Parts: sequence; structure tokens; C-alpha cells
Amino acid sequence: MALLSEKAPPGSNVGGSMQSSVTIRGWRARILRPAWRVLVYAMLVGGSAIYGFPFAWMVRSSFMSIDQFYEDPPPFFPIPPNWASYTEVWESGPIVSWIINSTIVTTFGVVVLTLVSAVVAFGFARTEYPIRDVLFLLVISTMMLPQHVTIIPKVIIFRDLRWLDTLLPLIVPMIGGSAFFIFILRQFFRTIPKELDDAAAIDGASPVRIMFTIIFPLSKPAIATVAVFSFIGNWNEFFEPFIYLNTPDRMTLAVGMRFFQAGMWEQPQLHLQMAIALISVAPILIAFFFAQKHFIRGITLTGIKG
Amino acid sequence: MRRTFWQQWNGILFAVPWLLQFVLFIVVPFAASFWLSLTDYRFRDFPNMIWFENYADLAGDEVFLKSIFNTLYYTVFHVPGVMIISFFIAILLNQKVNGMPLFRTLFYLPSVTAGVATIMLWLVILQPNGILNQALGLVGIPGPRWLTSTQWAMPSLIIMSFWTVGTTMILYLAGLQGIPQHLYEAASIDGAGHLRKLWHVTVPMMTPTIFLTLVLGIIGSWQVFTQALILTGGGPANATLFVLLYLYNKAFLIFQMGYASAIAWVLFVIILIFTLIQFIIARRWVYYEYDESG
Repeated sequence: MALLSEKAPPGSNVGGSMQSSVTIRGWRARILRPAWRVLVYAMLVGGSAIYGFPFAWMVRSSFMSIDQFYEDPPPFFPIPPNWASYTEVWESGPIVSWIINSTIVTTFGVVVLTLVSAVVAFGFARTEYPIRDVLFLLVISTMMLPQHVTIIPKVIIFRDLRWLDTLLPLIVPMIGGSAFFIFILRQFFRTIPKELDDAAAIDGASPVRIMFTIIFPLSKPAIATVAVFSFIGNWNEFFEPFIYLNTPDRMTLAVGMRFFQAGMWEQPQLHLQMAIALISVAPILIAFFFAQKHFIRGITLTGIKG
Repeated sequence: MRRTFWQQWNGILFAVPWLLQFVLFIVVPFAASFWLSLTDYRFRDFPNMIWFENYADLAGDEVFLKSIFNTLYYTVFHVPGVMIISFFIAILLNQKVNGMPLFRTLFYLPSVTAGVATIMLWLVILQPNGILNQALGLVGIPGPRWLTSTQWAMPSLIIMSFWTVGTTMILYLAGLQGIPQHLYEAASIDGAGHLRKLWHVTVPMMTPTIFLTLVLGIIGSWQVFTQALILTGGGPANATLFVLLYLYNKAFLIFQMGYASAIAWVLFVIILIFTLIQFIIARRWVYYEYDESG
């Protein structure tokens, strides 16, 4: 009824009840909808302000001098801004080594981890053998396994291999791919019509050929999503590098950064901490803004909706 | 057509890299971890079997019990808080208004950058004379000494965790977008308003996603480490000593690796039990669409 009444022209000869429903809808359209939109915008802007504010505060705090942090109250924005934190931070620790180490690990993460995960995922999505589904269940179940349970034996193994204090314990395990990435990619590969493989197989293409010439090219958005996740995950990774790396100039950026908190000074150097924090967050912000659509799309791709 | 043995099994080659990694870096350490938990291993000497002594010691270790309590305290506030806030934001981000990609990005950003850098930022925000206490002062509330107060250190970590809700939020957003539009249309025809649609269509259809985030959220809170290490180091007076931080202290500061392995196994069993209980309870409240049609 309500749907019909909308179509009735205002002056037409319709029953009284219909007439009132027209006016209610009109009132809704004129007052409620715009009011709702204003409310939605207000909440979006307010919420973004709250969630974005800490980043602004990071920038502000990196321009403070150390003494300004302990004024009461500290300045809302330091005038003049103290650019010295950015020069001082480079001189205060082996930052270049940290950035190089993080870049090495992250590069392996983006290239090797993504590629291996895609190959393994292809096997689960596109080949058939008797225990395939059991194996896949095993992959998924490792996602539930807390990595920390295995950390102590891993340290012992890497000690005996003489890999501690090198990047090897972070890079070598990547040869197996990541369970989460395998899961995402397998879900995506399964959405590609099987007829494409069959046609190629009839033409004599091997599974490896099908993988590289059909499935991977058609899955660029999903693979890009995984690569971006891998970039961010490896750049931010703290727990394992923190355990494995001890010598300052062999650390990754995430681990080395802690020196400005607890390292060589009597009190925490908050301004240096904020400067290095901003330096370390910058690549992620850049990657995120360039690859933004891959995130939102990527999660939808996983089909986790249930 | 009969396939040869090779044709039948060659697909498994694609899984070999993962299997190799699974055996070397998961199965072997996992088994070794249990064996270590039955020894007095201290990283140098050869381990002696002491069987379940570590576990017996753990049961009477007050610091360990405190760390379990702390982790539960965190879980009870962190998990529901994150779920409610994410749900609200996801509904907001699912509205059809202009500029939405920008807003989605802004709400997701803290989760993308989550790490040592943004955790250190909270040292500044939570300073006794910091911006949060200044803001509270404006509305007449005297702010506590957040990170150095036994009473407020844990709430500080919980409040900070509400800033990184992005992953849960994105999962909810994907869930919301997966709800068939015709259900809302049918509800409209039946005269349901916005709130009734939310409660009778959106929430039931979202239960699988809500369940997923509940399970992941609880698993995640048992693995809190970095934020406690950096902000409080477990203090003051063990007020924010999480189980994993205690494990780290035992294993890598005083090298009681056997004892720490026992902590790891208790942690593992706790997580396993919590997850299993949730899967059992889930049958009562999680709604899967295909159950109804079957």
C-alpha cells in the first residue's frame, strides 16, 4: 500500500487514509532524511576526528623539545617547532641499519611470502588429490595456534643453527607461506570459473602453466591485497624480531625504536620517540593511501561474512 | 578414466612448501615445547626431566595467577568494548553518503599502523599532564596518573585498545554488505522501522561475523604483549603483567625456559578451552542461513 501511494499524484481522487500516508512520506522525505544525513555526517566527522587525532598529536609531539613535555601544561603546539628532533634522531642510533633491516625483511615478506602463499593456495583451490581437504583444514587450524607457544624451542633451534641476531629466523620460515594468506587467496581462486582451466588443460597446459598464465593474472586484486597486508604486517612485526635480535645495529626498526624509550638515556626521550615513530609509520601511511581500495575490497574478498 | 598414481597425487606438490614449514617451524617446536615444560631447562645445561613439577609450581605461583587475572580483566572489557564500538562504526560506515572511502580510511588507519610507533604515542597522550588529562580537566574531571597507577594502568591499556578497532570494524562492514537487500524490503513491507530492522534482520544475519570476532578477540587478548611491554613493562606492581609478558620474563630475562614452556602450554590450553566453549555455545545463538532452509 505504501509503495502504491507514492505513485498517486497529489491531487488525485484517492481515499483519506491514502492521503495521510502520502503526507507522512512527504514529511519523512523533507525533514527526516536530511536530518538523518546531517546526523550521520556529524558522527562520521566526530568519529574521524577522534580516531585521526592521535596522528596529529604524534606530529605535534615530534616538534616539541624534551623540556616542553614536562611543562604544566605542555604547549598545545610548540612555537617555534623544534625541528632538531629529526636531526638528533638520526645521530642517536643506528637508524639507517634499522631501516635497511626492516626493508630487507619486508621485501622478502612482500615477494616471497606472497608468492609462496599464492602457489600453495592454487594447489588447494585448483588441484585434486585424496587428502587435500584435510590438509587445508590443517592450514586453517594453525591460524588458531598462538605463535608464542612455540617461541622457546624456536629460539633454541635458531641458537643451534647460529641464526640468532641475524635476519634469517624472520626470513627463512617465509618459504612456507602464511596460513592466513593461503586462506584468502584460496577463497578468491575458487571464484574463477573452472572452465578456464579445463580449456587450457585440453590445450595441453600443465597446472603450473595454468597457475601463472590464467589464475594469477586474473587474481591481481587479491594478490595485491595480500602483498599489502604482508608489507604492513612485516614492517610492524615486533614479537619475533624482539626475541631474536640483540645487537643494536642488527635490529629492525620496530625493535630498535625502543632504544629511545629505555636505552641509553636517563629519562625517556619523548620527542625523539615521536620523531622516529613518525618516520616508521610514514611508509605504511604511504602504502595505505596508495593501496586503500585493496584493503576494503580484500576483506570482502575473503568471504568471511559467514 | 583411471588416473595413474602420479596423476592422482601430483597436486600435493603445491602444498610441499607449507608442509615443510609446518613440520620444521610448528610441529617440531610445538612438541619440543611440551617436552621442555617437563624439564628444568635453563638455556645452558642439559635439561633434566622433572615431569609435572613446573605445572605444580605454576598452580601455587601467585604472580602467575595474577597474570591470569589481569588477562581476564583485560578480556572482559576489551572484547565486548571493541565489538560494540566496531559494530556502531560499521553501521555508520555502511550509510550511503558522499566521501565514505575517506571516512573508512580514517577509522581503519590506527589499526594499519598499530605497532611500537603508535603505542609509544600513547605514552605522550597518557602523560599525567598530557592531552587526555587536559581534556578531562576542561570538563572538571581530575585525570589520574594513568600508566603509573595500579588502579588505572589496566584501564589505560583497555582504552588504548578501543582506538585500534579497524579489523573488527572491516569484518562487520563486509558482513553488513553481505546481508541480502530483499530482507530489508520484506521487513519494510511488514511495517518494521529502523530499530526493528536492526534487531530482527541485521543482528541475526550478522551473528556468524559477531561470533568470528568474539573468538578472534578472545584469542587476541590472551596474546597481549607489545603494548604492555612498552607502556608499563607489566607494572606498576604487576598490575598489567599479562600471561605472555610473564612468559617472556621467565624465558628470556631469567632463562627459566622449562618453567616458561609450562606457562606457554597452560596458555595454549586456556585458549583452546575458551575457543571450544564458544563453539559449543555458538549453536544456541549463531544463525546460519542455510540451517533454516535445510
